Amino acid sequence: MVYGTFTEVFFYLFVTLIAFGALVAVTSPILMKAVMGLAMAMFGVAGLYLYLNSPFLALMQILIYVGAVCIMIVFGIMVGYTPKQLAEYAIGPKNTVLAIVTSLLTVGVLAFALVKTQWVEVAGAGAGDYSLAHLGETLMTRYGLAFELISVVLMIAMVGAVAITWNGKRRGIK
Amino acid sequence: MPPELLRMIIAAVLVVAFVFLNAMILGYMERKVSAHIQRRPGLMEVGPHGVLQLIIDGLKLIGKQLVVPEGSNRFLFRLAPLLSFAPCVLPFVVIPFSKKLQIVSMDISLIFILAMTSINVIAILVAGWASNNKYSLFGTFRSVAQAVSYEIPMLLSLLSIILMTSTFSLQGIIAAQKYYWFILVQPLAFIIYFVSGLAETNRAPFDIPEAESELTAGFHTEYSGMGFSFFFLAEYANMFTVCSIATVLFLGGWKGIPLPLGDFTGIVWFLLKVYGLLFVMIWARWTYPRVRFDQLMSFCWKYLIPFALANLLITAVVVKLI
Repeated sequence: MVYGTFTEVFFYLFVTLIAFGALVAVTSPILMKAVMGLAMAMFGVAGLYLYLNSPFLALMQILIYVGAVCIMIVFGIMVGYTPKQLAEYAIGPKNTVLAIVTSLLTVGVLAFALVKTQWVEVAGAGAGDYSLAHLGETLMTRYGLAFELISVVLMIAMVGAVAITWNGKRRGIK
Repeated sequence: MPPELLRMIIAAVLVVAFVFLNAMILGYMERKVSAHIQRRPGLMEVGPHGVLQLIIDGLKLIGKQLVVPEGSNRFLFRLAPLLSFAPCVLPFVVIPFSKKLQIVSMDISLIFILAMTSINVIAILVAGWASNNKYSLFGTFRSVAQAVSYEIPMLLSLLSIILMTSTFSLQGIIAAQKYYWFILVQPLAFIIYFVSGLAETNRAPFDIPEAESELTAGFHTEYSGMGFSFFFLAEYANMFTVCSIATVLFLGGWKGIPLPLGDFTGIVWFLLKVYGLLFVMIWARWTYPRVRFDQLMSFCWKYLIPFALANLLITAVVVKLI
């Protein structure tokens, strides 16, 4: 049972990492630091996938979220502002209200899904089989929706980065 | 102590030691090869033919003061070198040095390596941004644009090999090259991979992120002492990783003519192939002039990616037909 408690420690470690990273992401006034916080939280999520014995998803999490989304956000921001302007960028009350509403809605939807779903333990046929044929088949059939959503996430990240820059320009921050 | 934990500790120490040793060998090799290409003796003072020069250089770098530039973000500035170094060490854990010498054998080791190398870009971004220096920032822009673009042909060329072997396991790919090396059937993929690898590791002729004549040193302009050393170590570790993937996927990995060395035969062949490729990388650096940024981008998007896609398509059709 010692082994069990050992892995439990890792679970809480990853959860702490996610919470800490998320806190940094939303509280830091410096956007670069905020993105680093986001990357940290993403690493935590990847760790959770590892904890759930799914190394493939963990690596995909790192490749897509840390390797692509975070970089895209940083790049979008860096093209738009100089570091000094970013430091002076103030968040208005309208943004705060919108942010609160959006996050509450997100939490609501996720909590609803969490409560309503009937969780069943699935051992999954062919778990641990990372051959190309198996991966392709499952990604295209059983996890087809998730697979398609990944590309949507990347597009949202790109559009979001452009939108952040665009907004600043319109408000006269050059 | 449980044996598994002991094994992990030994592996970690060996990997970090190898990363440092590799940087020393490559640093010496680079300076010596460049010297001979330019018809001068190069390192000669410390030790026979200057072999101990890199140890002295390492000690000097350790002893140097770490300067944080004024007006920069202290925390991020300090974080960047570590962020660059740590993920570059991790691929060594899954590289198959021989049939038996592989620290962790994963079914998805290739994806693991690619995921780890993708983190390096973030480190460059943080370093360039936190330095509060226009040269660093310009270097960062170029570096990231380059890394993001060249990742596409690189992955596409690797994908044609994956299609042929239908496995992500490095040992599995080596085992699939039982009768011939994949460079014989996929020469185009090899060339595309190697060129993209040069660009990914910011090596000449694609070293415009650190073009010293225009940007001083690019994203690591402001770093001194060990801060700089970590970027240096990371670059050489990355070069080794790129060349070892090329060796595993195209040159048959640790396979070679049997030598009377027992279990070491595989390691010797593997290192010979990898350092052979690394020699080509250094050779290319001191032979070709640096390209312009627009040339670099159009070369990637107009030539490498279409050719990689065509190669992938042909591979898919052939694999389907056979």
